[in-house]
Amino acid sequence: MAHEHKLAIFRGRLKFKSNTQKIWGVLIFLTLVTAVEVILGITKPYILTHKYFIGMKLLNWIFIILTLVKAYYIAWDFMHLRDEKSSLRRAIVWTPIFLVCYLIFILLFEADYIYTVYKDGFVKWNF
Amino acid sequence: MDTSVTPAAEENVWGGGNKPLGASYGKMMMWFFIVSDALTFSGFLAAYGFSRFKFIETWPIADEVFTHVPFFHGNYPMYYVAFMTFILIMSSVTMVLAVDAGHHMKKSKVVLYMFLTIIGGAIFVGSQAWEWATFIKGDYGALETKGGRILQFVNADTGERAALGDFAASIPDVRQEHLEQNGVWYYGDESSLPSYSLNEVVEGFKSNSNILIRTELLTDEQEKTLLTREESLEKIKDARIVVEGANLVRNEYGSRLFADFFFFITGFHGFHVFSGVVINIIIFFNVILGTYERRGHYEMVEKVGLYWHFVDLVWVFVFTFFYLV
Repeated sequence: MAHEHKLAIFRGRLKFKSNTQKIWGVLIFLTLVTAVEVILGITKPYILTHKYFIGMKLLNWIFIILTLVKAYYIAWDFMHLRDEKSSLRRAIVWTPIFLVCYLIFILLFEADYIYTVYKDGFVKWNF
Repeated sequence: MDTSVTPAAEENVWGGGNKPLGASYGKMMMWFFIVSDALTFSGFLAAYGFSRFKFIETWPIADEVFTHVPFFHGNYPMYYVAFMTFILIMSSVTMVLAVDAGHHMKKSKVVLYMFLTIIGGAIFVGSQAWEWATFIKGDYGALETKGGRILQFVNADTGERAALGDFAASIPDVRQEHLEQNGVWYYGDESSLPSYSLNEVVEGFKSNSNILIRTELLTDEQEKTLLTREESLEKIKDARIVVEGANLVRNEYGSRLFADFFFFITGFHGFHVFSGVVINIIIFFNVILGTYERRGHYEMVEKVGLYWHFVDLVWVFVFTFFYLV
C-alpha cells in the first residue's frame, strides 16, 4: 500500500510524528482561524472597518484571506492534495482559480457600474 | 495497491488498470465532480457578490439578522453559525480519521469514525433547518414602501429595535383571511394575513412618539440610517404592506435579494450536506458488512471522504460571504 503521507505543514516548520497527529494539529489551526474571524466579526475594530483597500474594507480583506488559508489546509491536508502528484494538484487547483477570478472580475465591475447608474442616473428606486 | 474489483488479468492499460496522475479512476472522477461543483458554487457566490455590489449602500447587515441561539433569548450575533462551522470542521476531522483507519485496514475504527461523521452532519443539517425556520419566522416585523424598500422601527428611548407588536394600535377590522374552502383565489399577493394591519401599525406609530423609523440606507459608520421623528412621520406615508419574516418575494430584513440568495445558497449547500450524510450512511453499512475488507482496500471511504471535505470547504466560503463580510 503506497500511502506515504507528507507530515510537515507551514512549509516544513511544523512536523508531526503520524498522520493522525497532523490531522489534530490542522484541526487546532482551523479552529483558531475561525475563532479569530468570529472575534473580529463581533468586535469590528474601528481601524479595520474604516480603512479601504481596492474598494473594500480592510476587515473584509482579512476575512477573505483567512478563508483562503482555511480552504488551503482543508484541501491540502483533509483532502490529501499534499500527497497527490503535483500535476493532479495543479489541474485541480488552478482551473477553478482562473475561472473564478475571471468571473468575479467581470461581475463585480458590472455590479459597481450598475450601482453608479442607480445612484447618479435618472432611475428612482429607493422610495 | 489494487484499485479495482476486476480480476488482475484485466488490470492492463486498456482494461482500466492505468492510473494517470497517480490517482485511480474512481478518485479521479470524484475530483472531476468536485471541481465542477466548486464552479457551480462559485457562480452562486459571484452572483451574490454582484447583487451585493449593486445594492452596496442598502444591503442588510448579517449581524443584525442572524442573532439567535436555540434555547437562549437575547442578542447573540454569529455564535450559532460559528458553532455550526466548528461542527462541520469537526466532522471533517472524524472523516479523515476514518480514511486513515481505512489505510491501516482497521475496520472497527472506520466504523466508529464514520458514525461520528454522520452524527456531525446530522447536527449541521438540523442546525441549518433551525436557522431557516428562525429566518422565515422573523422577529420584529417591518413595513414595505411602494418602492419595495423596507422600513424598520427603533425605540428612541433604548435605541433598540421595536417589534410591530410593541406599538401597533388595535383597530377592529372586517378584513378576513381568505380560506380555500370559500373558493380558489389566484391573486397571491399575501399567503396569510399579517398579525397587524397596515392601518394598525401606522396609527400605533403616530400615537407613540418614541418610535422612529430606520431605513435600508447605510451611513458612513456602516449602520442603518435612523430618521428623526418628523422625517419618520413623513416616511411612513409611503408604507404599503406589513412584512413579517421572510419568503422568496419579500423579507423584513431589507433587500429582497438578500433572502433569495440566503435560501438558494444555504439551501443548495444544505442539500449537499444532506446527500453527503445519505452517502456516508450507505458507505457506513458497507463497512459494517465487510465489503471493503473483502475488497482489500477502503478506497471507497476515501472517495466519499473527498466529497464530505468538499462540503466543508464550501461552507467555509458561505460562512465568510454570508455572515462575516
